[in-house]
Amino acid sequence: MENTVIEITRFSFSISSKAILKDISLNVKEGEYISIVGPNGAGKTTLLKCLDRIHKGGSGDIRIAGRPLDKYSQKELAQKLSYVPQADGRISPFTVYEFVMMGRYHHLSPFSSPGKEDKDAVHDALAITGISEFAERFLRTLSGGERQKVFIAAALAQGAKVLLLDEPTTFLDPKHEADVHRLLARANRERGFTVVSVTHDINSAVLTSRRILALKNGAVAFCGFADKFMNNEILQKIYEKSFLFVKHPQTGKTIVAPEVP
Amino acid sequence: MMNTGSKHKLILLTILLVLAIFVLSGAPMVGMNTVPVSAILHPASGRMESDIFWKIRIPRVCISFLAGAGLAVSGMAFQAMFRNPLATPFTLGVASGASLGAAIYVRLGLVFSVLGISGISFSAFAGAILSILLVYGLTRARRGFSTTTMLLAGVAISFFFSSVILFTQYMSDFTHSFRILRWLMGGLEVVGFESVLNMAPFVISGSAIILYMTHELNLMMTGEEIAISRGVSVWKTKRILFFATSLMVGGVVAICGPIGFVGMMVPHICRLLIGADHRYLTPATLLFGGVFLTLCDMLARTLIAPAEIPVGIITALLGGPFFVWLLLGKSSSKRGIL
Repeated sequence: MENTVIEITRFSFSISSKAILKDISLNVKEGEYISIVGPNGAGKTTLLKCLDRIHKGGSGDIRIAGRPLDKYSQKELAQKLSYVPQADGRISPFTVYEFVMMGRYHHLSPFSSPGKEDKDAVHDALAITGISEFAERFLRTLSGGERQKVFIAAALAQGAKVLLLDEPTTFLDPKHEADVHRLLARANRERGFTVVSVTHDINSAVLTSRRILALKNGAVAFCGFADKFMNNEILQKIYEKSFLFVKHPQTGKTIVAPEVP
Repeated sequence: MMNTGSKHKLILLTILLVLAIFVLSGAPMVGMNTVPVSAILHPASGRMESDIFWKIRIPRVCISFLAGAGLAVSGMAFQAMFRNPLATPFTLGVASGASLGAAIYVRLGLVFSVLGISGISFSAFAGAILSILLVYGLTRARRGFSTTTMLLAGVAISFFFSSVILFTQYMSDFTHSFRILRWLMGGLEVVGFESVLNMAPFVISGSAIILYMTHELNLMMTGEEIAISRGVSVWKTKRILFFATSLMVGGVVAICGPIGFVGMMVPHICRLLIGADHRYLTPATLLFGGVFLTLCDMLARTLIAPAEIPVGIITALLGGPFFVWLLLGKSSSKRGIL
């Protein structure tokens, strides 16, 4: 079962001759839950976009399920990876059902309507994310937290086994944040989804994932197990500030505590 | 109106289809002169009523329907691919590019045809392609070019081309100048089936391509990044859509000149009526655009007969208030415009 699904070897990427990613290497195994952290502008989002070919090019090698990324057609890639972008505040005029069904694009041919398999996948995704009751509502009428679940449902409906998420819980209230973490954990444990999640929240990164990749100025600053990450020396190097640590009451893991000025 | 069930959408589409058939068969009957049934049944009788019906009204109704459908569905495609409610053949400079192509054809006194289709349509098509590539090329030249910037570039190019057209017209001799001017005013007055045969291949092939791309249009409307991650080859899709819309806009503008409003408003009206799913929205926009322009033209030529009101006045007079009414409605606030 320990197959490598994402294999990044010495990958660099620049936008108009400015280096955004420098010499990144990372292997992600099937069924893994990995968080990508780092300060603003470290290149976290760019890395996700390069994996999903929203950004094309770059030097070095990226393989998805053993096959070089540039050998995939966009439709084939959609069967391997699905992507949940950062909420950009623009809301398309679709209903939840219509939007989630669009995750099935790579199964649909022109003029065709969704078949039973597509409908089942959509109903399943709506059920996992707990938004079946919203199916006929317009995206605009939902709260930010509900909408984020819709985006995750659409990615699940796509049928790819690797989920790339860009700050899935930013801007969510505590309830919806917990909901999203719970459903990602369930998708990971019960359904075998591989999760690669970009986040600013160090605590949730440590509590949810086995491994952590930290980027700084486009280069890898840390890559390893979550517990090794909670080290003042490492964190200070990455974030240029010191942290206070406490024990998490449920798990006993080390987490950071907010500082009082 | 807000129900999204596909049954309701199919019912709405059926109503639109029946309406289109009704309007297409009814509109030629309406006019200054009443046409007796016998004149309709004997097209080659040589009677004046018969000629009015077969050589003037029928072609004119066909042209109105094709032009309305083509402009509306082009506007729909632009709005979806650029995720902007103001994207239309006019704001993106495509219509003025097509106009420039046609004006240059007239100015140079070119006369050629390919497979029976006049060269003016191909010139207009070339102008349309050129301007969309220019506008889009500008947006690709630098990263972070927003849709708003692109629309501004489109409007700027539109003004620029209009000036070039006016200059071309100014530098032309009297006959060419008059032909260009008359045509720039836009209009659906055609005689005989030649114009219909010139326009139909452009509008029909363009619409067929758009109907083929409905899944892609849906995804483009959710944003390019999501579209890519769902498996859409966005750049390829855009090129195909540019080609299809340029075909339609070029084909329509070559015959009718620039007719505004339809390309902007009809897609919005249809989206509010039937929803944003392009599998239903595309046929609805084609039918509604055709019906709308045909009805407007019918009013334009009968309201103050024997004189005619320019059709653009009617489209805006009728469509404007109707659109505002829909904007203020429940459906609009729930769904959002785009």
